Amino acid sequence: MIDLQGYGPRLFQGALLTIEVAGLSLLLAVILGLLTASAKMSRNWFLHRIGTLYTTIIRGVPDLVMMFLLFFGAQVGLNMITDWMYEQFGWDLYVEINSFVAGVITIGLIFGAYMGETFRGAFLAVDRGQIEAGRAYGMTHGQVFRRIRFPQMMRHALPGLSNNWMVLLKTTALVSIIGLSDMVRVAEEASKATHQPFVFLTIVAVIYLAIASVSEWGFARLQKRYSVGFTGGDE
Amino acid sequence: MADTPIPLEVRNIRKRFGNNEVLKGLSLQAHKGDVITLIGASGSGKSTFLRCMNLLEQPDDGELIVHGESVLFKDTKHGREPANQKQVVRMRAKLSMVFQSFNLWSHMTLLENVIEAPVHVLKQPRHEAIEYARQLLERVGLAERADYYPSQLSGGQQQRGAIARALAMDPEVMLFDEPTSALDPELVGDVLKVMRDLAEEGRTMIVVTHEMAFARDVSSQVIYLHQGLVEEAGAPQDVLGNPKSDRLKQFLAPKH
Repeated sequence: MIDLQGYGPRLFQGALLTIEVAGLSLLLAVILGLLTASAKMSRNWFLHRIGTLYTTIIRGVPDLVMMFLLFFGAQVGLNMITDWMYEQFGWDLYVEINSFVAGVITIGLIFGAYMGETFRGAFLAVDRGQIEAGRAYGMTHGQVFRRIRFPQMMRHALPGLSNNWMVLLKTTALVSIIGLSDMVRVAEEASKATHQPFVFLTIVAVIYLAIASVSEWGFARLQKRYSVGFTGGDE
Repeated sequence: MADTPIPLEVRNIRKRFGNNEVLKGLSLQAHKGDVITLIGASGSGKSTFLRCMNLLEQPDDGELIVHGESVLFKDTKHGREPANQKQVVRMRAKLSMVFQSFNLWSHMTLLENVIEAPVHVLKQPRHEAIEYARQLLERVGLAERADYYPSQLSGGQQQRGAIARALAMDPEVMLFDEPTSALDPELVGDVLKVMRDLAEEGRTMIVVTHEMAFARDVSSQVIYLHQGLVEEAGAPQDVLGNPKSDRLKQFLAPKH
């Protein structure tokens, strides 16, 4: 039997934290992705530029750099503002950036850009006639979106979404460098203390793999649901 | 009958795509029970004209009056657009369209397709909508296919399903955009039969078609379009039986 030398509960906590960070980041990424896709497909020049700028920046900057920039950079920026307020008005507003929030926001921001591209392609793949039929029958823009565009888009988006999710899940390991006790950090600490890095890192690898397998199964079910009524080879 | 507003009137519709003016001032009045067929070569503007009637294309000029209500427009930097989206929704709900490529929503069963707009646009109670939808599917010969997805149906079945979807709105006017052009020849007959029945029961219909027999037998008025203008219009026996312009004569001549 593997001896966890008392690190079992902490590893479990770390795994939960990983799942939490990943889940919340995914939620944020999906919302940002939908907004970005809409912005980039918009005929409004300004929104279009904003969307393009966002994806360009995110795709061009390494995830690790983004994480540091948001965590340390934002803290420095905030400190400058609060210091100035203290000097000017005597208000003590010191705020410390929470590493959990910073982690979720960074990962959400990064994957929001990738999701944006996935959703945009998927929206463009929906047959125009389907949307026209909705409009011709008196649906509002919102109804056409909810009842027709979104469900039909999801069929095209899910393979990319699932792929993004797998990468996102592994990217959560980055939060260990800004001080969050996710399972990677716990394993690292345990390795140093026990001199058994192989054991702990293998356990972490297996847990990642387990989460990935469960989500793959979940995505397969979703894919089935959104493929209903469609024939063709890509189901 | 002076009190009941006529179902659809369009006045002097103009439409251009870039530098190409495809509709050069077209008008039409659809009184209750009229079956108006629009014929013409491809590029004559007949489909665009039809699509302007429910604002799938925005006319650059002209008036649109649905059941006595004139559609309001405003000028934007993207061109002339309807001023009031609520009004557009309201008027579209009175004009059901049947498309060349059917456009049944592919992620919904046939029954779900038929009740979709009645439930979500007209806010009918779901069970009532389902009951009516079943009657309509029965009528177009698809009662057995209610729970099939469009991809599981033939083109002719899909188009009859699309007609049931249109009927479910109890529309003032039904717009048909080349409803049989995408069908295999042996499937055309069933769809035309359903359309003939609709005409007989007094539905107001505007039909873009290449089916000259349908135009001759069923319509109350035939309009021949050429390059965005009405070249000839009138009763089918006059327009089709006794064409005056050389172009129409040539258009109607049997092609071998």
